[in-house]
Amino acid sequence: MCPIYGEIVSKKRKLQEEERENIKRRNKRQRMVIATTITDSSEELHSTFASRYARTSLPKFMMPEQPISKDAAYQIINDELMLDGNPRLNLASFVTTWMEPECDKLIMSSLNKNYVDMDEYPVTTELQNRCVNMIAHLFHAPVRVDETAIGVGTVGSSEAIMLAGLAFKRKWQARRKSQGKPCDNPNIVTGANVQVCWEKFARYFEVELKEVKLKKGYYIMDPVKAVDMVDENTICIAAILGSTLTGEFEDVTLLDELLMKKNKETGWETPIHVDAASGGFIAPFVYPELEWDFRLPLVKSINVSGHKYGLVYPGVGWVVWRSKDDLPEDLVFHINYLGSDQPTFTLNFSKGSSQIIAQYYQFIRLGFEGYKNIMETCLANARVLKDGLEKMGRFEIISKDVGVPLVAFSLRNSSKHTVFEISESLRRYGWIVPAYTMPPDAEEVAVLRAVIREDFSRSLAERLASDIEKVLKQIETLPPRISARAALLTGSVNDFPEDKTVAMGDFEKSVKESQGEVTKESRNVGRKKVSGVCIMPSGN
Amino acid sequence: MVLSKTASESDVSVHSTFASRYVRTSFPRFKMPENSTPKEAAYQIINDELMLDGNPRLNLASFVTTWMEPECDKLMMASINKNYVDMDEYPVTTELQNRCVNMIAHLFNAPLEESETAVGVGTVGSSEAIMLAGLAFKRRWQNRRRAEGKPCDKPNIVTGANVQVCWEKFANYFEVELKEVKLSEGYYVMDPVQAVELVDENTICVAAILGSTLNGEFEDVKLLNDLLMEKNKQTGWDTPIHVDAASGGFIAPFLYPELEWDFRLPLVKSINVSGHKYGLVYAGIGWVVWRSKEDLPEELIFHINYLGADQPTFTLNFSKGSSQVIAQYYQLIRLGFEGYRNIMENCQENAMVLKEGLVKTGRFNIVSKDNGVPLVAFSLKDNSRHNEFEISDTLKRFGWIVPAYTMPANAQHITVLRVVIREDFSRTLAERLVLDIIKVINYLDALPSSFSAKVKNTDELEVKVKNGTVVKKTDIETQREITDVWKKFVMARKAKVIC
Repeated sequence: MCPIYGEIVSKKRKLQEEERENIKRRNKRQRMVIATTITDSSEELHSTFASRYARTSLPKFMMPEQPISKDAAYQIINDELMLDGNPRLNLASFVTTWMEPECDKLIMSSLNKNYVDMDEYPVTTELQNRCVNMIAHLFHAPVRVDETAIGVGTVGSSEAIMLAGLAFKRKWQARRKSQGKPCDNPNIVTGANVQVCWEKFARYFEVELKEVKLKKGYYIMDPVKAVDMVDENTICIAAILGSTLTGEFEDVTLLDELLMKKNKETGWETPIHVDAASGGFIAPFVYPELEWDFRLPLVKSINVSGHKYGLVYPGVGWVVWRSKDDLPEDLVFHINYLGSDQPTFTLNFSKGSSQIIAQYYQFIRLGFEGYKNIMETCLANARVLKDGLEKMGRFEIISKDVGVPLVAFSLRNSSKHTVFEISESLRRYGWIVPAYTMPPDAEEVAVLRAVIREDFSRSLAERLASDIEKVLKQIETLPPRISARAALLTGSVNDFPEDKTVAMGDFEKSVKESQGEVTKESRNVGRKKVSGVCIMPSGN
Repeated sequence: MVLSKTASESDVSVHSTFASRYVRTSFPRFKMPENSTPKEAAYQIINDELMLDGNPRLNLASFVTTWMEPECDKLMMASINKNYVDMDEYPVTTELQNRCVNMIAHLFNAPLEESETAVGVGTVGSSEAIMLAGLAFKRRWQNRRRAEGKPCDKPNIVTGANVQVCWEKFANYFEVELKEVKLSEGYYVMDPVQAVELVDENTICVAAILGSTLNGEFEDVKLLNDLLMEKNKQTGWDTPIHVDAASGGFIAPFLYPELEWDFRLPLVKSINVSGHKYGLVYAGIGWVVWRSKEDLPEELIFHINYLGADQPTFTLNFSKGSSQVIAQYYQLIRLGFEGYRNIMENCQENAMVLKEGLVKTGRFNIVSKDNGVPLVAFSLKDNSRHNEFEISDTLKRFGWIVPAYTMPANAQHITVLRVVIREDFSRTLAERLVLDIIKVINYLDALPSSFSAKVKNTDELEVKVKNGTVVKKTDIETQREITDVWKKFVMARKAKVIC
């Protein structure tokens, strides 16, 4: 062991001990004070805000030495969480923020059930299997009457995509090995509009990511270009049903046709995966005639987020395979379950089962009819917002009418003010509407995006349109500011207090107006700098 | 006519749930129903079907927390619609996660400077944590090998055969060979000497377990560290150690503070721990902490821009609820060091009560050790007439879920029963369990030896003596028994323990 290291450790331990001692001493002192006034029961007698817990600060990065009462712990955490944004007004995210109270009850009572413990909770496992089958049927999987579908519930679309990608990689490796060809350079073809988790998959599982570039006015993967990029090392093409940027559906039918032709010419067997994270619960209900799913022969697997338009709180996704052959057997782990064999294929193990149960609740509660009504309502409300924005004459609508219910729009003239300023100003009215730039090759376009979820009613849509109008008027009275401010920025970013994470929240509220504006400015620039950012809020 | 018509139209809202048509018709099992169902009916149908699931509180098979304080339940429910990954909108939640990481890193004696923040992340569970840690080791090893101009296509990892299934998963999915140190009868953890012998230049790390799933025993990480230090010095390799403290990570710091297994040992580069085991949070939370920034290759980190500040992330999952993170923070500040210590001491005490009760029956060998995770693993001294699987099955009738399983390769002739003592397993319950086990033994003693006979006679109708009277068994009973025998057979073959 290197001596310097040892020194650091011993110094650190000493510091820790000192802190512990300090806390002990402090606590002792306090306990003494209390003891002199009344009895030991004082802690229960005092109202939470009269107790010592509201007065002393907890060590931030160390476990406190002594317990505190549960009421105090509850109040401290609850109150700090008030500073988080309101999920319901978060128009940045697809993720469900409201469910029926009956379903909340079911969720609460199954919080302590471990999803993976199939032996003890067979009904939960059965509900998961039913969900998989319902989704497979919804996506027209060629499942015979006596067969069950192949698929699995996941924590979200990220896990689902990694599992699907892994299956493609393993299948491709097996085929290459059987042909006696090298299998050390796999790649995957996607559009540049993919969610960050595809990049993650590529990096963590050592697959090259070949991205089809976007261009201004065309923000999804071009099937022709995608098929051009396919080579013998391509494990699959990933198409997106409901691009995170504009909500547009990619043309999977055309992709399938072109790829069929190429496969015939070359003898390769390149398959297609459809990332239907956001569109998977829209298309079957609103556009039933659109062919994007297992009706197309090359589509081998599909993932969908239960926590987006599946209408469940965050923490559930699904991946379904066309048939048993598309999921290599060596990836499946077998768990013995009530005497029968339960195959599992997941990256996670223990987790709660609430979300699975909630998904089943939504399926039987709403049925096909209910989902259809909700999705149509969302689209109708998206149109209301879109019409309101168009009427103002200042915005260009980038999202399409056919697609996921969202409205993406950019300023026709952003020379004086940018969409980032609009996004900032909207926050004052309580709205969280993110602004972001498009990926490379279209990065000169900056857009605002409002996701229309189930719980976004028409009156909220109208309200948002009128608030945007107000913001526009306000901004116009101000001089153009972005160029003047950018210079200030570099200096000010470094002035943030030590602990950035909390500071940012407190900062804005407490610091004087001028400083606050600089912060906001930095936020804008920060957003623009990292092009991946757009993927962040949209990914949810 | 008019009247009856109006009455039937109001049908849905007027009828009580069990009088409505929804309890009469069946839902298609594998297809989404065409039409909607009232929420009360949907709730009742699902709730009632779930009654057939086991009771989590009586599930002694699992380490996973099944009880939390109602105040924490309230916090969890209030944050169930918050997306953990949306750091821009929910900065406080992110902050709480960071605080938890730091508290755990300090608990594990990470060498942090005063102002330094710890390197670690919250995960869905130890599986994700282990994959992230394994991935970091793999990438680090690859980078080193590449720098040396040596091939890096055959990585391997050394563990004991007692590891949890997720290590096998990691090895399979990330294409790393798993080299297992075999167990032997009476020694159910990884032998550090053998482990170090298995290490070669392609070893990305040795994974030690603090709290083996089989018998709760702690592996000797200190010895492993010393031996590996020596080997590294001789060979010039740089093989690190990962400690899988999924179950022991929240035991050892409180009960055995002088035991050196964590970052106090220089070769320990990362540690994972399950928040949902002795971290005392409901299923769905794990943690992985690295010794320092250098131990987590930069190229694995995705940077998310968060309120103008950079928030590095390293996860396999993306969107998920934030309830569990908040609950973990609740437990850490609510209980504090002292609270955790008291709870772990209680668990240990109750484990001893159970152990002594079992020893007193004179029928069992205790396989678990006194020092370790609070669980009692025991096997029958004489299982020629009745075996552990029968005891497990019979205990189910009393409401207890106590799993029986066989040990891994080289010790597979040993079958054990395992009872995990969780926070919510009180002394009364421990004493009650001992009584019930005695009852079960007495009951089984009265039966003829069954297992060996049954396997031969499964296709015949069998006659069983019950309380002196001869009972002819119905077809269903026979079927059930066949299933049972089959189940035991399968179980005995593949002993993958869910914990």
